[in-house]
Amino acid sequence: MTTFVEPPGPPPLAEGGRRPRHILLQRARRSPTLIIGAAISLTLVLVAVLAPLISPYSPDHQDLYNILSGFSSKHLFGTDELGRDELSRLIWATRTDLRVGFLAVIFPFCFGSVVGTLAGYRGGWLDTVVMRAVDVLIAFPFYVLVIALIFVVGTGTTGIYVAFAVVDWVVYARAVRSTTLVVRESDYVAAARTGGLPDSRILLRHVLPNTITQAVVYLTNDVVLVIVAVVTLGYLGLGVQPPTPDWGTMISDGQEFLTTYWALSTLPGIAVLVTGLGLSLLGDGLADVLRPQ
Amino acid sequence: MLRYAARRVAAAVLVVFGVTLATFLLMHLEPGDPARAVLGIHATPTAVAALRREWGLSSSLPAQLGHFLSQLVRGDLGQSYIYGVSVSSLIGARIGETAALVAVATAFAVIITVPLSALAASRQNGWADHVVRAVSVVGLALPAFWFGIVLIEVFAVHLHLVPVGGAGSGFGGHLEALVLPGLTASFAMAPILVRSLRVGMLEVMDADFIAVARAKGLGDTRVLFAHVARNALVPTVTLLGLNIAYLIGSTVIVEQVFNLNGLGSLLLSSILNRDFPVVQAITLVLGTAVVFLNLATDLFAARLDPRIRLR
Amino acid sequence: MSSALLQVRDLTVSVGRGERRYVAVRDVGFEVPAGGSLGVVGESGSGKSLTLRALMALLPRGVRAERGVVELAGEALPFTGPGARRARRGRLAMVFQDPLSGLDPVYTVGTQVAEVPRRVLGASAAASRRRAVELLRMVGMPDPEQRAHAFPHQLSGGMRQRVLIAMALASEPKVLLCDEPTTALDVTVQAQVLELLDDLRRRLGVAVVFVSHDLAVVRQVADELAVMYTGRVVETGPATEVLGHPAHPYTLGLLEAVVDLDDTAHAPQAIPGALPDLAHVPSGCPFHPRCRFASDDCALSDPGFRYLGDGDADRGTACKYPERVMAG
Repeated sequence: MTTFVEPPGPPPLAEGGRRPRHILLQRARRSPTLIIGAAISLTLVLVAVLAPLISPYSPDHQDLYNILSGFSSKHLFGTDELGRDELSRLIWATRTDLRVGFLAVIFPFCFGSVVGTLAGYRGGWLDTVVMRAVDVLIAFPFYVLVIALIFVVGTGTTGIYVAFAVVDWVVYARAVRSTTLVVRESDYVAAARTGGLPDSRILLRHVLPNTITQAVVYLTNDVVLVIVAVVTLGYLGLGVQPPTPDWGTMISDGQEFLTTYWALSTLPGIAVLVTGLGLSLLGDGLADVLRPQ
Repeated sequence: MLRYAARRVAAAVLVVFGVTLATFLLMHLEPGDPARAVLGIHATPTAVAALRREWGLSSSLPAQLGHFLSQLVRGDLGQSYIYGVSVSSLIGARIGETAALVAVATAFAVIITVPLSALAASRQNGWADHVVRAVSVVGLALPAFWFGIVLIEVFAVHLHLVPVGGAGSGFGGHLEALVLPGLTASFAMAPILVRSLRVGMLEVMDADFIAVARAKGLGDTRVLFAHVARNALVPTVTLLGLNIAYLIGSTVIVEQVFNLNGLGSLLLSSILNRDFPVVQAITLVLGTAVVFLNLATDLFAARLDPRIRLR
Repeated sequence: MSSALLQVRDLTVSVGRGERRYVAVRDVGFEVPAGGSLGVVGESGSGKSLTLRALMALLPRGVRAERGVVELAGEALPFTGPGARRARRGRLAMVFQDPLSGLDPVYTVGTQVAEVPRRVLGASAAASRRRAVELLRMVGMPDPEQRAHAFPHQLSGGMRQRVLIAMALASEPKVLLCDEPTTALDVTVQAQVLELLDDLRRRLGVAVVFVSHDLAVVRQVADELAVMYTGRVVETGPATEVLGHPAHPYTLGLLEAVVDLDDTAHAPQAIPGALPDLAHVPSGCPFHPRCRFASDDCALSDPGFRYLGDGDADRGTACKYPERVMAG
């Protein structure tokens, strides 16, 4: 009767090994990038969640006596061409765009990571098929494919989710696959395999913890790109549909008033910038903290 | 080197085939009847059926694929449903604009990336380094189209430095008209490239052979350019290749913002009008361009770094 | 003493800034006569590599030479500033440790060797190429005209090391500083490279400073030895003397720790204790916690460095009680 002797978990400080949690927290506290990024991101999430409470007006409320007003005490950031309060729309658009952005990356993250790990670990025909699919998808210019898919599925949030599901998983798959290939060759995985451990266990306990950190770092960068893409699609009229407030549609609506009421197009853009900044810094900070020193 | 090139070309051809197939499937998955869309809602069923037959839409999917491929091999990209002229002529008229935009954008990306990265790397953790890093983080979060709008507002409308939109006349006029769009599109790529090249240079600067080069008595400039930059460029060149796809895609957006008559804006309008053949052809052309540009950068990288040829 | 070609005195190198600063090389001094060979021995962390880098003015970021004098043929060489490296041309050259990482992967070895005559000495492209081939032949590379067109990854470790040596010789230095040039090589190849260095020394009259942690290797090349521990020189003298009758407990410990295939009676013995962290070096004599000859006062005061006056002007030790060591 054979007994499985499981090798100890990855050495604490070797490349890709899991580091004790308190060391990670210590490093986290010392990284200004991480702190600032987290602060900005958290503020934005709070704004999004608390939108119904903090927004001065409803985003659809039209103050028809005050169309295209500039900054005023009644409307802090002015109103748009339909009399809607700009500040309220900005707050609600944060809610919309963050929600859509975060939801849109879930499938690519999960699917891409799983596929990438399996392809890297198993190799063989699975790997070849996945890599060819990745090559073909990557050859398509991003927006071309997304727009084409949106036309197959239809505009609006459903279109966005489907389009990103098809196009975006490849980044994760590639990154995770490379890490998996490296981890697979490492000593402790070799030890686990010769020890006779079933693949599923090896993948779960030894491979995944290491590759997942790479995927998470990619995630934080990808969310920024996805949010920018959602806003861009909104600008083109292919994304979030009115009357739901969205930074992209706000920019497009405000474009004709650029010379007179510049806030209408500029402020949503700045909002996107700040969001992207916060999430990028968070991602960079996380990458610094998680990186094997 | 030759063997490596041959292998890469073969792989590229396979990918192009995959792109062709994928485009075809994508178009035929689309709901909605283009014939009915063109003839209008009052069209009789017979008229619609006749048009469908003429366009080959009534035969089975594999038959349509076969027909498409056989036409493709002959260089025939079909006829536009909307304009009624050959797709090749439509593309031919507009490809120059898009190609020029891509070229200008790439040039700007290189002009921005190389000096900034070199500056940041040579003064690591100095204020120049922090500024460059801050700018590249901001650049990543920047929606290209919004940046374009702001640029137009500042440089064209207020400062009158460059034209507001359109293609301009003559070579000089043309180039001038492409400055803002090219700059806008390059900002999509520049932050990623700056990051990559800066990190690459820092890593190379710590390498032993750089110390050896200095020990040999070589001056700092020679070490920086002949050894540090030459080594650091390789991963960034590969990254540039990967980003060309993104760049070409963003021309769709940029052409909209600046009102240019390129393939991007044609693609957008064709999708809106359900003009199958045009969409299919443009997607194919752009996809192929990406594959071959990638190939070119990969080969260039192999030329720079002899170790790549072994893979 | 003043007839020596290369003189080093009071060399001190510190690493880091503020509260994390520590001294990695302290008051190091030695001499090398023209055409002579000095072996510098010590474990990793003894400061031997940093010493060489300081001599070449090639200290990495965050590492500074606090003080010290380096003189070649009586002329002092500066440690910092643009003149520092120019002053070393044609005088000092360094052979680095890892031949794979020491060569630029994107250029052929011929180009890299030719870079010295071409860029540093101002020769023409054709003359530089000829000189490169000549140098490669001198270091024993077979078929040098062909091999010059090879890339570093296409050559074996031994060949790459020869290229590094050729590059160092290209500027016609008077002193060759070698930082563990054989550590990354197989034993058989090691012997070849050592022989080559010895041969070059005799033919070209070049002095060699050879740093290594391997006593057996140093024994073969060096006329003189300097032993280093925690950044200090603890013993100097002719190699045969130092190895035969060590005057410092650390040297004795090193000898006892080596496996001697000819001496089956004595098993190797590790030095008790562990190498101290350079940031927290023991007070007084840094070796005292591990020393079996130590007295109480060894922990109290720094022993300094004394020359033993037995006719050998270079015989010196940092031990207060060398007679205890020499007695066995």
